Amino acid sequence: MSAAPEEQPAASPAVASSRSVDIAVSLVLVAFAGLLAWDNWRTGMSWDSTGPQAGYFPFYLSLILAGAGVYGIVKELAARRSASEPFVRREQLRRVVQVLIPTIAFCVLMQWLGLYVASFLLIAGFMIWVGRIAAWKSVVTALVFSIAMFVTFEIAFDVIMPKGPLEHLLGY
Amino acid sequence: MEAFELLVYGFGVLLTWKTLALMMLGLVLGIFVGVLPGLGGPNGVAILLPLTFTMDPTSAIVMLSCIYWGALFGGAITSILFNIPGEAWSVATTFDGYPMAQQGKAAEALTAAFTSSFIGSLVAVLLITFLAPGIASFALRFGPPEFFSVYLLTFCSFVGLGREEKHKTVISMSLGLLLAGVGMDTVSGQLRMTFGWSELFRGINFLVAVIGLFGISEILLTMEERLALRGHAAAISPRVVLRVWKEMPRYWVTLLRSSVIGCWLGITPGGAIAASFMGYNLAKRFAKDKESFGKGRIEGVFAPETAAHASGTSALLPMLALGIPGSGTAAILLGGLMVWGLNPGPLLFVEHKNFVWGLIASMYLGNVVGLVLVLSTVPIFASVLRVPFAAIAPMIVVSCAIGAFAIQNAMFDIWLMLVFGIVGYVFKKIGIPLAPFTLALVLGNRAEDAFRLSMIGAGGDMRVFWSNGLVGSITTLALLLLFWPLLSAAWDRVRRQPT
Repeated sequence: MSAAPEEQPAASPAVASSRSVDIAVSLVLVAFAGLLAWDNWRTGMSWDSTGPQAGYFPFYLSLILAGAGVYGIVKELAARRSASEPFVRREQLRRVVQVLIPTIAFCVLMQWLGLYVASFLLIAGFMIWVGRIAAWKSVVTALVFSIAMFVTFEIAFDVIMPKGPLEHLLGY
Repeated sequence: MEAFELLVYGFGVLLTWKTLALMMLGLVLGIFVGVLPGLGGPNGVAILLPLTFTMDPTSAIVMLSCIYWGALFGGAITSILFNIPGEAWSVATTFDGYPMAQQGKAAEALTAAFTSSFIGSLVAVLLITFLAPGIASFALRFGPPEFFSVYLLTFCSFVGLGREEKHKTVISMSLGLLLAGVGMDTVSGQLRMTFGWSELFRGINFLVAVIGLFGISEILLTMEERLALRGHAAAISPRVVLRVWKEMPRYWVTLLRSSVIGCWLGITPGGAIAASFMGYNLAKRFAKDKESFGKGRIEGVFAPETAAHASGTSALLPMLALGIPGSGTAAILLGGLMVWGLNPGPLLFVEHKNFVWGLIASMYLGNVVGLVLVLSTVPIFASVLRVPFAAIAPMIVVSCAIGAFAIQNAMFDIWLMLVFGIVGYVFKKIGIPLAPFTLALVLGNRAEDAFRLSMIGAGGDMRVFWSNGLVGSITTLALLLLFWPLLSAAWDRVRRQPT
């Protein structure tokens, strides 16, 4: 946390600074580039009788990626410490997690319940608990949306989605 | 006048009830998507793409491009009424548009925005109509080295002309190119970078990545900012429209300047965002009373909107003629072409006449209908913003999931979408641009193939990229653009030395 005066009096503390996230992302990218470079080197990154091997192009690209990542780390480390802004504040992170967790839960549930039932649960739940909207409004909205999606994709456009017990019960 | 005849032919393709209905549907969905904060042109097109999988390519592209026009129009509504740019390219519209709304001139500002968008697009469509066929037939003579040099030019101009930090553009682009290479190698049939993971054998699907990067990550960002929406009401009466239109010819220089800037930045991958700011800044620089900008001047709405739309539309020119998208959205449309079984590139003009000319005709018609539609329905769309975000966010998540799953019917793609969503959120926050990534991911394989075919043809001699005047000058230009920031810095230093 920097000593710089806060613009907003009510701002919650920063969870991480942009600078440290920048460096962390660069480190991950350099490591990822190293992994890919190694894999491409194994595939073959030189020339054979038919021209460049399969790993040639990606091998050099991973070197470029690693180079740009290292440059980014050096640049951030050399920059003045006080210049960094917060990457995310605690209050902001809380709201991001509020949408991220239900989204992940939706993806997990989709595998057993089917997409349409899971989407009903996601929308109704999110509206009630995160949006604090009246329960009946939330349930009706979620129901209308899920049925509309089902009619659009399953019936009108023939796009197949994961289906669960409810759809099987209805004969789809 | 061959282009004119073909255009008439294109209108013939377009004028069926089904296509017209899809066009209207696309426009309405597009305006809707453009109005919603946290969703925009590329996101809307990516999420709604699965709707088109079972359509024929012509209907599909007409609908998708209309979503795009609609989103371009819709972005202006939120900028002016709510001071929230629905799109990055409508940021410049808020500078004068919102003050106008505060002064009770919201209807004038909206009319000005829609009409100038229309003019910008129209100029760009005319350019496409008369220029694209020529470029395509010229490009028919291209071999692999020429194609590779054009790809190189596209990539290098992103690095050289982009506003972001250079190494971040390089990171974004090389990561995109690498991920494009995952899976089966098209030349040798070998598997690459899959680490024995069978889900990765077919590669990382471009559209799945786009839905995650643009759709999911936008939801995360919008939640983080927690937008408080307080806007001005507006209904547009025909009298206001006529008054603005009467005033318009006075600003023809601004309109023309912005159109030219927009077209140029659209064809080169500068993009609509840069175009809108440049249009605004130049209008301000050439104005007699610079102080009145930012306080609700109608010219400050004309300039960025014209440029943004000219750019957004002309970005389709290189996509149609060369198979190289000029913007993120054009890249997604290009991804669509591949899904519908078309091979993007100059041959499109020869092999798929209905498709190309149907699309071009739909650009004319879509913009006219779009203009009428937005002018008459602004209050309805503005009320969309009063729907709480807590209801819209999960619906967008569901639409994203439907889109990602429908592409290959794979649950793995849903997880991939989530990963890309988080990556997109982090990248946007630390300033790694996503457009170069998108472009690299969609062009990666074709760029690599062009490179390897050139190398095979030339026996590994890099001089093949300078083997004739055309390919040589494109390659040289590409390298110049790549090193442009270094060159201009060096030049500045040399010039400053004597003083």
